[in-house]
Amino acid sequence: MIKGKFIDNLPKVYGIYTGGFIGFIILMAIAEQMGMSAKAIGISFVVFTIAIYAIIGWLSRTLQMDAYYVAGRQVPTVFNGMATAADWMSGASFVAMAGGIYFKGYGYMALLVGWTGGYILVSTLLAPYLRKFGCYTVPDFVGTRYGGNAARLSAVLVLTVASFTYVTAQINATGTIASVALDIPFKIAVYVGLASILLCSMLGGMRAVTWTQVAQYIVLIIAYLLPVFWISSKMGAGFFPHLMLGDEVARIAELESQFGFVKNSAADLATVPKGLAGITKAHSSVNGTNWGFISLAICMMAGTASLPHVMMRYFTTPSVKSARRSVAWSLLFIFILYSTAPMLATLSKLSLIDPTLSTGIIGKSIAEVQAIDWYQNWNQANLMFVSDFNGNGTLELNEFFMGGKAVVLATPEIAGLPYVISGLVAAGGMAAAMSTADGLVLAIANALSHDLYYKIIDPKAEAAKRLIVARVLLVLIGFAGATIAAMGIQGILGSVIWAFDFAMSGLFFPLVLGVWWKRANGPGAVAGMLLGLASGTWYLIWVRTGGAGFLGITQLTFGIVGASVSLVSMVVVSLLTKAPDAATQNMIDELRIPSGKTILGKQH
Amino acid sequence: MSNKAKHWEKTRGLLFITLAIWFVFSIGIFFFGTEMEASSFRPFGYPLSYYMTCQGSLLAFVILNFWFAGRQEKIDEEFGFTEREDS
Repeated sequence: MIKGKFIDNLPKVYGIYTGGFIGFIILMAIAEQMGMSAKAIGISFVVFTIAIYAIIGWLSRTLQMDAYYVAGRQVPTVFNGMATAADWMSGASFVAMAGGIYFKGYGYMALLVGWTGGYILVSTLLAPYLRKFGCYTVPDFVGTRYGGNAARLSAVLVLTVASFTYVTAQINATGTIASVALDIPFKIAVYVGLASILLCSMLGGMRAVTWTQVAQYIVLIIAYLLPVFWISSKMGAGFFPHLMLGDEVARIAELESQFGFVKNSAADLATVPKGLAGITKAHSSVNGTNWGFISLAICMMAGTASLPHVMMRYFTTPSVKSARRSVAWSLLFIFILYSTAPMLATLSKLSLIDPTLSTGIIGKSIAEVQAIDWYQNWNQANLMFVSDFNGNGTLELNEFFMGGKAVVLATPEIAGLPYVISGLVAAGGMAAAMSTADGLVLAIANALSHDLYYKIIDPKAEAAKRLIVARVLLVLIGFAGATIAAMGIQGILGSVIWAFDFAMSGLFFPLVLGVWWKRANGPGAVAGMLLGLASGTWYLIWVRTGGAGFLGITQLTFGIVGASVSLVSMVVVSLLTKAPDAATQNMIDELRIPSGKTILGKQH
Repeated sequence: MSNKAKHWEKTRGLLFITLAIWFVFSIGIFFFGTEMEASSFRPFGYPLSYYMTCQGSLLAFVILNFWFAGRQEKIDEEFGFTEREDS
C-alpha cells in the first residue's frame, strides 16, 4: 500500500492532512457558533484525531522484518525529526510542563535546558554511530558490540525498567485526557487510551508508529501554539509572545512582591484537595541553588541520550548523514514547543492574578469567584480550589489552588477563548501522550521480541513467527502498563523524571564508551549496566524511605549516583579483564566512519 | 597514520569543541544564576537568567546541532567517507 511513491509524496500528503485538520478546527468553530455543545466538540476532536491515527496505522501494516523494526530505513530527515519530536514530547511535556513552570518557576526550567541540551549528546556521541551499526534495537547494539548474552540481557533489563516507568505515566496521561474529553471514568478511559495506542502500532510496528507520530506532531504543535498566540494577542501582550512578554514577566514579579508569599498553616492546607498547589515560588527570579538546577539538567541530558525509544528513531533514516541532520531537526521541532511553555505559564499566571485584568481573580470576593462558570467546571474536575483561610471574604494569592494540568487545559477557557480551543488542546494532549506511549511500548516489545526471544531463546525462529511474538508482546506490555496506570500510583511528571534517571544509570556510559572507548569490553559493560542500575535504584529507595542523601542529590537526580557507579565499575572491570578481540576492534573502526555497509545485515 | 585514524582524530576534535560549547550553555552559565539575574543585559526585557533557561540556551543547542552536522559532513567528505546516495 505504502511504497516508495508514498515517501516521495510525503510533503504533499502531510500538507493535505494539515489543511484538513485546520479545516476540521474551523468546522468545529462554526458548529460551536451554531450551538454544538462543549461536550460534543470535545468528543469530536478526540474521536476524529484518533480515527485518523488508526487509519494511518492500518495503512502502514507490514509483514517485513525491517519495516516492522526500523520502518524500512527510509524515513526522510525532516519527517523523522517531526516523528522524533512527537515521540519525545510526552503527555508530561504537553500537559504538565507549563504547570510545573507556573508553580515552581526558574528551578523547574532546568528541565527545559536538560530536555533540549541532551540532543547535543545524542547527535555527537551516539545516534550517527548506532545508525551505522544497523541494529534494530538498543540492546542489539550492546549485545553485538560487547558480545554475549549477558550484555544483551542486561541492556534489555535497563531498557525495560526505564521505559516501563515512563510508559505507565503516558498511559495515565491518555486516560486523564480521555476521561475528561469523553466524560468516562478514569479506570475505563485508561483502556480506551491503550486501545488507541495499540491501533497505531500493532499492525505496522515502527513503520506505522513513524507515520502516525508525524501526524500527531502536527496536531500537538497546532494545539499548543494556537491558544498561546491567541491569548497573548487578546491580552494585548503582543502578537509574538516569545519576544514580547518582558513586561508581563516584570509585572508578575511586581505583583508577587505586592501580595507576598504568605505561608499557609498545615491545618489550612489539609483542607485543600490532594494534588492541587498554590503559588509559593517566584515566577522568574532564581529560586533555588545553582547545583539544584545544574544537577537536574545533567540528569535529563544524560537520560535523553540513554532512552532507547528516542535512539531507535534514528535507526529509521536512510543514512548516517541523515541521522545526524535528523537529530538537529528533531531539536528544532522540540524547541518550538518548549520555548512556548514558559510563555503559556506567564500568560496563565498573569491573567489569573492581575487584579487590573478582567480575568484576574485575586482580590475579588470569594463568593464572586465561586460563581464563575469556569471555576465551577474545573473545581468539579478537581483541578481548582479556593478557600477563605483568613476569613476576610476576599481571595488572596495564598488562598487559590490549582492542579498542574489545569494550566494547559483550563487557561484557554479562563482567558475567554471559545470552547473549540479547549477541544483542540484535548486532542493535542492526547496526541502527545499517545505518540510517546507508542514509541515506548514498541521499544520494550521490540527489545523483548528481538533480543530476548529471537537472539537468546529461539535463534531459529522464522520471520513470521518473530513478528507474531513481537505483536503479542506489544499487547501484553500495553496491558501491563495500563493496569498499573489504572491504579494511579504516581503522578505523571515524577515518574517521567525517574525514567530518565534509570536510563542514565544503566545505559549512558555503556553506550557512549561502546563507541568512544575501544578498550571497553563485555564484562565491563555488564558491570556498568547492572551496578549502575542497582546503585541508582538503591539511592532512590534510600532517599524515598527517609534517607538523608548526599551532595544535594535528590530522588529526582539519583541518576548521578547510578551513572557515576556505572562509569567507575565499567572502567575498572574493563581494565582488569581481557581487551576486546581484533574482530571487535575492527568493528569499532568500521562503526566510526559513515561510508560502507552497516555492521549488522539488512535482515538479521 | 591511516586515513581512518586521521578522520577519527578530526572527528574527536569536533566532538570536544561541540561539547565545550554545549557545556557553557547547559551547565557553565547556570553556576551564575543570581549574577545573570542581576545583569543589566535583559534580552527582550526578560531577566537574563530567565531568558537563558526558557529560550537562550535552547536556541543555542538548536544552532549548535545544525552547525555540528554540517562540520561533521565536511570532515567525512575530506577523508572520502561520505555515503553513496543510494545506500
